[in-house]
Amino acid sequence: MSRTRLVFSGSGGQGVVTAAILLAEAAVLRENLFAVQTQSYGAAARGGATRADVIISADNINYPKVNQPNILVCLTQEAYSKYAPIIRPGGLLLTDLRYVKIERKVEARQRELPMYDSVMEKIGKPVVFNICMLGALIGLTQLVRVESILSVLETRLPAEVVAINRQALELGLTLSQTARPRVA
Amino acid sequence: MPSNEHVRFIQGNEACVEGALYAGVEFFAGYPITPSSEIMEHLARRLPRRGGKFIQMEDEIASMCAIIGASLTGRKVLTATSGPGFSLMQEALGYAVMAEIPCVIVNVQRGGPSTGLPTQISQGDVNQARWGTHGDHAIIALTASNHQDVFAMTVEAFNMAETYRTPVVLLFDEVVGHMRERMVLPEPGQIPLVERLRTSVPEGVDYHPYLPREDGRLPMSDFGGVHRYNVTGLYHDMWGFPSDNPKVVHGLIRHLVDKIENNVDSIARYKAYYLEDARTVMVSYGATARSALHVVESQRRKGQKFGLLELQTLWPFPYDIVGEACGRAKQVLVVEMNMGHICAEVKRALTNAGNVFLINRLDGVFISPTDIRQALRLIAGRGV
Amino acid sequence: MTIRKYLRERFFPHMWCPGCGHGTVLNALVRAIETMGMSRNEIVMVSGIGCSSRITGYVDVHTLHTLHGRALAFATGVKLSKPELNVIVPMGDGDALAIGGNHFIHAARRNIAITALVMNNRIYGMTGGQYSPLSGCDVMAATAPYSTIDPAFDVVALSVAAGATFVARCTTYHVKEMIDILRQAILHEGFSVVEILSQCPTYFGRANKLGDAAEMLRGLKEGTVPVGSEAKQKNPALIERGIFAQQEKPEYCAEYEKIMQRARAGRE
Repeated sequence: MSRTRLVFSGSGGQGVVTAAILLAEAAVLRENLFAVQTQSYGAAARGGATRADVIISADNINYPKVNQPNILVCLTQEAYSKYAPIIRPGGLLLTDLRYVKIERKVEARQRELPMYDSVMEKIGKPVVFNICMLGALIGLTQLVRVESILSVLETRLPAEVVAINRQALELGLTLSQTARPRVA
Repeated sequence: MPSNEHVRFIQGNEACVEGALYAGVEFFAGYPITPSSEIMEHLARRLPRRGGKFIQMEDEIASMCAIIGASLTGRKVLTATSGPGFSLMQEALGYAVMAEIPCVIVNVQRGGPSTGLPTQISQGDVNQARWGTHGDHAIIALTASNHQDVFAMTVEAFNMAETYRTPVVLLFDEVVGHMRERMVLPEPGQIPLVERLRTSVPEGVDYHPYLPREDGRLPMSDFGGVHRYNVTGLYHDMWGFPSDNPKVVHGLIRHLVDKIENNVDSIARYKAYYLEDARTVMVSYGATARSALHVVESQRRKGQKFGLLELQTLWPFPYDIVGEACGRAKQVLVVEMNMGHICAEVKRALTNAGNVFLINRLDGVFISPTDIRQALRLIAGRGV
Repeated sequence: MTIRKYLRERFFPHMWCPGCGHGTVLNALVRAIETMGMSRNEIVMVSGIGCSSRITGYVDVHTLHTLHGRALAFATGVKLSKPELNVIVPMGDGDALAIGGNHFIHAARRNIAITALVMNNRIYGMTGGQYSPLSGCDVMAATAPYSTIDPAFDVVALSVAAGATFVARCTTYHVKEMIDILRQAILHEGFSVVEILSQCPTYFGRANKLGDAAEMLRGLKEGTVPVGSEAKQKNPALIERGIFAQQEKPEYCAEYEKIMQRARAGRE
């Protein structure tokens, strides 16, 4: 892997920024990679489409923003409509089956996974939706090891909530492995 | 490879906090403002753990005044703000210049003038850092493009504040302040620290707070100590008492300017990339230097002789260093996110100012390598 | 005389006009300090800009002559950084309550142990007699050639409302009272405000035809009464002197000590 550019998008409160930070932090602190993470601030971060960018690389990163992501994650219809056009040809588009209805094909692998519904069914806590998404993403891309994410979660979170986060991460992994590629 | 416990994945604002703590900051006063607030939030948590003091003041005027008061009791002090708050601090910043109070002021720049673009990048305060307060004076202003350097420049800022008994401005920007990236925390002792130089004059012997030693430094005496003297923003004699004696006035303003301007070489911090044989030299600083370096490296891969001079000391402006780095270049491209604050200085540094071009963006959108390449085509007469 | 050791005698005669009340305040202040036997090394006097602010130059303690209106902000930095110091902030009326009004109410709100003196001569003397927020209505001044229409602050009520825990008023006529009040204010563990009604014969007196310094002092004598006196009920125009608030409440630096303990206990 030389360089992967990701955009996580959704609405405020879905945890897309947290997911982006966790992924980048796992890459830097647990896998000795380079990563930068940026996000929209202020009024833009208080409603509407929220966006967090991550670049992961084996070497130093100069320009820190993502113009064309290799990997785009959309957790709301609004985010999908806004960001689907910027995906890099040949990239990966991951969407949530409940929140996003795919309107047109893009020149990318498309994965629609029932992440939100599975979280509600198996765990019952919407707060770990973003962690399930991270699990699915790692399952699909192997960007970092699952243990690296787990280890970062354990450092950042109070002990009592680590278990449901681990459960959500594993749920995402499972979903990614059972998913059928949507025929492009 | 650095050991894991020293690697951090943090925002630039946190890197500044880590640098300040490494340098030994003991007092912070501030007022919330985007995009600098993370600095005060982290210090509110970290300072009291190590016996340091944190206070959220009623405004930026009071914040700047409070750190000056605390510095006089012997502490290393910091405040952090952004454009509108930096405007409010200017009067007290001038006081710190006049009364020679060591202190560090962070300005995480956002779009201006006025409330401007609170959450977006600009580098429009470069000249404000130089001339924001009234009257002739000299100032030190440093910047950085990445978190490792934010850390190092923050430490340098504290060192220079003590060395020259002066306020030092750290001019960061929204992109560097908010972005998260890797930073390796240096070991204690790895970066040398300059501590407060205190007078060795014993009690009962006349102490002159404003009489420089032979090396130009002025030993201080903490408030609460055995030497009672006066501190004022008026022109003052070597005891700190007001004076309008023309000889005293002239001597003081020359001292205030010369102690900085005569030490440009010692204060200059910069990074040189591929300058040895560069025909096109970019000059940039802060976050924009990242986009400039991206272009320089990709041009080099195509065999084009591009180089980058990344300035970390903006004031006093290192004219000789810029002249040396750019003097042989066919063209000089200054990449910055304002209307040419540093570009004007680069032109002053060079005999052939006609070869100096400004590549900028003013709309709050971080200048990208694509933007720079487009400007290169325009300058070359090839259109967009 | 032991009070002379608190003075920087080489700067005398002082710069104030003949008949100005500020010299009387200086006199009472050093006498108050002297009665407490405080070391000069543990006192920091912080002032702003104006006639009153020049008082710091004459006192042989640590002195910080700052910016117009900002003395309390500088003083807050000194005090929080080194709470063991006694911090005294003499200010003028415009200095404290016009340009410095925001710092004044916030210092009071924090209840930080600083002694704030408002040397109230109802005028900007240094700049030539312009009206201040304590001039009040129907006063003539350089910037009020047809008289003022701006009501004055009530410094006592303002200070109490803002949270000051020691609030007093005295005059340059009642010097012994002033010494006693200043002593109590300096000893008070919290933010203390002492409003000192003072006379400016040069500008306020001349513009308002109040006579010379002696006549203005007579005005302070006859126009004020001790707090709670019956005379005030009969004549509401009289101004009360004395201590209006004196209570113990958590002091800012002491509270910050607790924050440091809490932070250390919960460290990562």
